[in-house]
Amino acid sequence: MFDQPESFVTADGRTIGGVMMEMKNITLRFGGVVAIKDISFDIREGEIRAIIGPNGAGKSSMLNVISGFYNPQDGEVWYKGERRPSMKPFEVARQGIARTFQNIALFEGMSVLDNVMTGRLNHMNAGIMSQAFWYGKAQREETENREVVERVLDFLEIQHIRKTPVSRLPYGLKKRVELARALAADPKLLLLDEPMAGMNVEEKEDMSRFILDVNDEFGTTIALIEHDMSVVMDISDRVVVMDYGKKIGDGTPTDVRSNQAVIDAYLGVAHD
Amino acid sequence: MLPDQFLFAVEVMLNGLMAGVLYALVALGFVLIFKASGIFNYAQGVMALFGALTLVGIMDGQVPFAHLINAIFGTDVHHFGWHVPAFLSILLVMVVMVGLAWCVQHFIFRHLVGQEPIILFMATIGLAYFMEGFGDLMWNSEIKKLDIGIPQGGSMWIEEATTFLGGSNFYGFFIDKLEIVASVVAVVLVIILVAFAQYTKQGRAMRAVADDHQAALSVGISLSFIWVLVWSLAGFVALVAGIMWGAKSGVQFSLSLIALKALPVLMLGGFTSIPGAIVGGLIVGVGEKLFEFLIGAPFLGGATENWFAYMLALLFLVFRPQGLFGEKIIERV
Repeated sequence: MFDQPESFVTADGRTIGGVMMEMKNITLRFGGVVAIKDISFDIREGEIRAIIGPNGAGKSSMLNVISGFYNPQDGEVWYKGERRPSMKPFEVARQGIARTFQNIALFEGMSVLDNVMTGRLNHMNAGIMSQAFWYGKAQREETENREVVERVLDFLEIQHIRKTPVSRLPYGLKKRVELARALAADPKLLLLDEPMAGMNVEEKEDMSRFILDVNDEFGTTIALIEHDMSVVMDISDRVVVMDYGKKIGDGTPTDVRSNQAVIDAYLGVAHD
Repeated sequence: MLPDQFLFAVEVMLNGLMAGVLYALVALGFVLIFKASGIFNYAQGVMALFGALTLVGIMDGQVPFAHLINAIFGTDVHHFGWHVPAFLSILLVMVVMVGLAWCVQHFIFRHLVGQEPIILFMATIGLAYFMEGFGDLMWNSEIKKLDIGIPQGGSMWIEEATTFLGGSNFYGFFIDKLEIVASVVAVVLVIILVAFAQYTKQGRAMRAVADDHQAALSVGISLSFIWVLVWSLAGFVALVAGIMWGAKSGVQFSLSLIALKALPVLMLGGFTSIPGAIVGGLIVGVGEKLFEFLIGAPFLGGATENWFAYMLALLFLVFRPQGLFGEKIIERV
């Protein structure tokens, strides 16, 4: 089904659209180290796309390229049918691409509510004077955005901790708050960097459920990185497999699972 | 009836509080920039001076760079011959301070992103000397009178209302009206700043940047916009401090030295805490006046005000390096 360019409906009734983001021959170097070597793949509207690979494969670098934190030396990034010029991360975010981080980057000094509210910043455009005097538009906007945020908190089942300072939360909840902040931005494309890293089985199940629900209910396109194979295979539509900066596999979980290069990368291969 | 000695001590303390408000204002400017960008802005005091100089210049219709123009073209211009009302002048100077913030960000700190704190600090020292020289060139170095209509002199009302407290040697508390105004302005300013940071979009973005740059970028906040914003806010605070000091003792270049007094204030209050800057300023103000009155003048031959604040800061560095309200630095190993 994924070989056809038009949109189609999956077995579980979700609609997968055309190509939303396309990476063309991306190469990223840090000095002499090549982190990503000539990788191309695409992300289609409405799908859950996973990037997997062993540690140091270049997965996070790839996500950083998509979110504008790194600019590749070679290759093109196409977004919504247009070639994206080299951009700063905040500009990428303003195009509707939200992300989370592997090592949780929350505003530790702020409450959960304030953290998630920062996700709405790009949806507020009252002028600075209106802001300063807190009248009319600024006030209305704050209320509207607050409602959106409350829905997100509700959706991710963290409304009971909305006033808690983030620094006091346990790891698993922090991960969820970070997801909430990204979701609050109402993103077209949601990038998740190891959303289940460091979690126990129960937390992983919760997180998987949230990811599926987000995709299902809001139709949000999701690209995620994970090195836990089993989880990824369960929730993603298509998988890119990376190893040492190169793409060694790309396809549906079933395709990838039977790919010899992938099996070698994960289980190791005897060199003789 | 209360003993005179006690009443004098109270008066000294009240005056100390008033002086402390001005220290707090300067310290506040430091904290704003430090929190958002990790830059310790040595030029904060010079910004106060520059703001006050520009205000006087605009109000009196001084021709900027008059010396330079006269030297080059052989002319003899000094004044435009008009006077701009105080309120309008202050608005104009605010615009100038925003322009200054933009220049500082675009010509200096944009090129130093990710550098060591010491390099950023050195850059601000350079900025301080540049601005001092630039201010001199632009508005010349005479001591100028700044009168924007703030009442001055002792408040007779307070003196009369408090005379009854003491005996025949006590004539009531002497408190300068200017300092009362300065305190009220400072309080209003702090309330506005806190409300801005807590309840507005830009304020929330500002707090986000102060907390985590990477995360701030990921939600679409432009760091350079926020840095221009905090430098502008620091510029406004500096302007207010400059107006108050200028109205009190004339706009002169020693104004930039008040920045040094803000250092011990920050050691006390913590570099990252707005309430800390205020409380620290008040403690230093009251502390140095009371110490002079109780110990300095009678036992140590006076003039302790010059070093008291630094000694206090030293004690804090030894026993509580993060200051009263600062964040304790815990490194996980």
